[in-house]
Amino acid sequence: MKLSEIRDLLGCELLTGEEDLGLDIREVVASDGMSEILAFAKSGELMITGLTNIQSIRTADIAGVNAVIYCRNKRPDKRVVEFARQKKIPVLVTPMVMFDICGILYARGLKGVS
Amino acid sequence: MELLRESYEIQGRNFDKAGEVSGEIKVVLKDLGIEAAHLRRLVIVAFEAEMNVVMYARKGVMTLIVTDDDICLETTDEGPGIPDIELALQEGYSTASDEMREMGFGFGMGLPNMKKNSDEFRVESEVGKGTSVFTKIRLPADG
Repeated sequence: MKLSEIRDLLGCELLTGEEDLGLDIREVVASDGMSEILAFAKSGELMITGLTNIQSIRTADIAGVNAVIYCRNKRPDKRVVEFARQKKIPVLVTPMVMFDICGILYARGLKGVS
Repeated sequence: MELLRESYEIQGRNFDKAGEVSGEIKVVLKDLGIEAAHLRRLVIVAFEAEMNVVMYARKGVMTLIVTDDDICLETTDEGPGIPDIELALQEGYSTASDEMREMGFGFGMGLPNMKKNSDEFRVESEVGKGTSVFTKIRLPADG
């Protein structure tokens, strides 16, 4: 599924990464625990988290995930968004809660990694 | 043949900078042409090790040695040490504070993650003095 479709499905606001909306996403890793992301991501996934500090983007970079969505309207500060821009990781925010996000994406055929 | 040897200092308790060293190591290894899967495993180990130093220790040093055959990473800290290493290596076991968990870490997966991503892995620790974590990742013979 294209990142742009995911944006529309989840009512996301794009904070950075306009040029990456055409990315094809097949797998998702969702957690507030950064070690969970590091343990399960195989690279290329969409990462969903409620953690908006700088470590969320560092984790995304280290784990090699393709895009980050923050749930429940949690907004990272400008410095975090700027860091994501440098690392070329698109960042989106949705008002939806983690459970709903995962349910919607799963119903559309996306899979979790394990 | 040794291709690179570099040491990096890590400041304990500095959550703002936590992860910078691993980010730098990722760039260095990429520049050396290390293949993506090996690079990824090594930087995951580095990041977890760096976070552990930041969370628990006063300071630490990370030494990266790259040869034709393998990548070695040794992280030594001045910190509280680990009383029971076997227990610390069990997934889910954690001594993290709420503050650490709010940072997204301390769910008892750091050391297991490091072990899982290493070809050789060793932890040495002395309570009250500090901890050393040694990792080796073997590189394919064809470079």
